[in-house]
Amino acid sequence: MNKMENMTGAKALMTAMEKEGVKQVFGLPGGANLPMYDEFNRCDIRHILVRHEQSAAHMADGFGRVSRKPGVCFATSGPGATNILTGIATAQADSAPMVAVTGQVSVNMIGKDAFQESDIIGMANPVVKYAFQPRSASEVPEVVKKGFFIAETGRPGPVLIDVPKDVQTNEEPMNFPDEFKIQGYHPWADPDIVNVEKAIDMLLHAEKPIILAGGGVIISSAFAELQSIAEALMLPVVTTFKGKGAFPETHPLSLGPIGMHGHAEANKMMAEADCVLAIGTRFSDRSVGTFEAFEKRLKIIHMDVDPAEIGKNQNAQIAVIGDVRVNLRVMVKILLQKAIRKSEETPWFKHVQETKAYWKENLKLHPGEMGAAKLLRKLRELLPKESIVTTEVGQHQMWASLFYDVIQPGTFFSSTGLGTMGWGFPAAIGAKVAKPDVPVVDIAGDGSFSMTENSLATAVLEDIPVIVFLLNNSSLGMVAQWQRTFYDRRMTGVEQHSCPDYVKLAQSYGAQGIRAQSMDELDKAIKDALSSDVATVIDIPIDPEEDVLPFVAPGTSLSDMILPS
Amino acid sequence: MWAILSILVENKPGILFKVTHLFRARNFNIDSISVGTTENPDYSKMTITTYGDEKQITQIVKQLDKMIDTVKVERLDEHKTVFRELSLFKIKLSNANDSMEVNKLANAYGGKVHDVKKDSLMVELTATPDQIKAFEELAKPFGILDVARTGVAALQRSGA
Ligand SMILES: Cc1ncc(C[n+]2csc(CCOP(=O)(O)OP(=O)(O)O)c2C)c(N)n1
Repeated sequence: MNKMENMTGAKALMTAMEKEGVKQVFGLPGGANLPMYDEFNRCDIRHILVRHEQSAAHMADGFGRVSRKPGVCFATSGPGATNILTGIATAQADSAPMVAVTGQVSVNMIGKDAFQESDIIGMANPVVKYAFQPRSASEVPEVVKKGFFIAETGRPGPVLIDVPKDVQTNEEPMNFPDEFKIQGYHPWADPDIVNVEKAIDMLLHAEKPIILAGGGVIISSAFAELQSIAEALMLPVVTTFKGKGAFPETHPLSLGPIGMHGHAEANKMMAEADCVLAIGTRFSDRSVGTFEAFEKRLKIIHMDVDPAEIGKNQNAQIAVIGDVRVNLRVMVKILLQKAIRKSEETPWFKHVQETKAYWKENLKLHPGEMGAAKLLRKLRELLPKESIVTTEVGQHQMWASLFYDVIQPGTFFSSTGLGTMGWGFPAAIGAKVAKPDVPVVDIAGDGSFSMTENSLATAVLEDIPVIVFLLNNSSLGMVAQWQRTFYDRRMTGVEQHSCPDYVKLAQSYGAQGIRAQSMDELDKAIKDALSSDVATVIDIPIDPEEDVLPFVAPGTSLSDMILPS
Repeated sequence: MWAILSILVENKPGILFKVTHLFRARNFNIDSISVGTTENPDYSKMTITTYGDEKQITQIVKQLDKMIDTVKVERLDEHKTVFRELSLFKIKLSNANDSMEVNKLANAYGGKVHDVKKDSLMVELTATPDQIKAFEELAKPFGILDVARTGVAALQRSGA
């Protein structure tokens, strides 16, 4: 293409996105982004229409987490832009790569309280990795290029590009740069060999070492490296909830997620360990309980791509800054070169195995046929190992954490940072777009699903067949559990009284709706859903009184776990 | 602990908001702030003074450094830095001697006197925050009618 061709800003935006490899966007049009929408008629980017812009952002987020390329969402100015904010904040809290493109009133109308004007840059700034507002059409190509670069490098995150309407329509000579400079942005660090060597030394000298793997392992796809290190040093692996599935949960060294709703064995072993290799985690309060209790007894080796995470919540004895995969590779290499291997005969390893076996056998589960653990184990049994699972937020999410084992790393995603109800279903749709050939299941609660159920229209009309595995307790279950536990059963604002009928709801959208009231029915429903080419909602009525246990109450430490009695 | 941070930022609209917002959102504290352009019109220099323990200040520096619009973030060593703040004090003159006394006080602190009226005068003082505070204490008995202070501006000494 002639480098200085004349083009409108809208066309330049689409052209620049095509250059970034964008194949589809999720969005909803309005007056302020119509020039860009018009370009969908003239380019190869598919537009997937949503029913609410929040869902567009969650779809882009789901796409981004699975493909590790920024998912793109479009919204008009004003209310369209404010509607996607929850989705942007959710992506920011979980470091998901995303580019959100909003329309804006014309430059000369900005600040005049024009129709559908909102200061979306001002509102979004605290929850984006970066925000752009090109003020002339010719800025657009570079802004898009920078936007994608920022969204996907270093610690990924959402980038907002707010495009005034006249910037979309003005025609100017366009230069699509291959190179650009962002002075204050340093997403890469060199491998930190010195500190990696120190870390190995510390791990070898520890009596009860453990690995805590966070979401960073998933983001940088450091699965193989993590596994090599754990196996060479015989380190048990616990994950944060965001790191769930960073390590195969069926592996003998896996203890599963720690934290508020972690596995009993994971919390016990984390509480006993004397040295932790923490990889790609920000030590969220939900994962480690009170910070003070945690760091007092532990030596911490902290690896993270974001230098600001070091010492933010926990002080570390050794900090290794940089992409965790790069540094874990260095670690693997050193272990191989020096032929370092630990045997299985250490007292710590035996103790870990015994504790794990004990809790596998002795954790009390709901006695009924349709108890949460049984339902999720059934789902696991029937899903191919490469299936992708998303969740909503609530008890079902925590049951998924506890009872759904991730076999293939990087196939489990949840809104763990912001905890956004309504995330899972649209995110599942985005995930399915990223990987159309694997089954994608949203493990949902009725409250969460209600928030974005209108995405059924998108799933059906756009032919994106995902499965909603709806654990329906006719209530906002997690809140109900807190009210039962901490508010003496004073229940307020939690009952949903079986409304709507989710089977009929699904059917009215043209999706498949199946109710499963026994294990046999569930078995059949999952199989039907897997072989169906239309989105399916499996409505599974469950006991509204079932609690998620074990439970680490907020403000307490991991050793103060509440166990099922 | 008091700390002086020198932050070189890209000279774009909205940066001041972003930086100050970072302090609010992360629960940090701004003691004083001053901003001005540098010799290169592409950049502005912000000087922020803040209080916090060692861990907090390290964290503030890291969070500022992480911002894409910040080009360079430095924590300046108080002992190797020239740092000054400009202050204006409007001071009440109640009896005949006051004018002379206030003039003496201003001179002692290297201040300049402006806008001398029968019942008030103004002192301009460029000094460290500590010196300004000391001056303020001494001026209080006369009656301080109004005060305006800028943030601290700071530069590291050469060779330091
Ligand atoms: C948008 C939003 N609003 C409120 C909450 C607070 N909240 C957390 S869990 C929960 C209940 C979730 O209910 P449901 O989706 O039915 O799942 P369940 O706990 O019953 O499995 C609520 C209201 C939230 N996380 N997100």
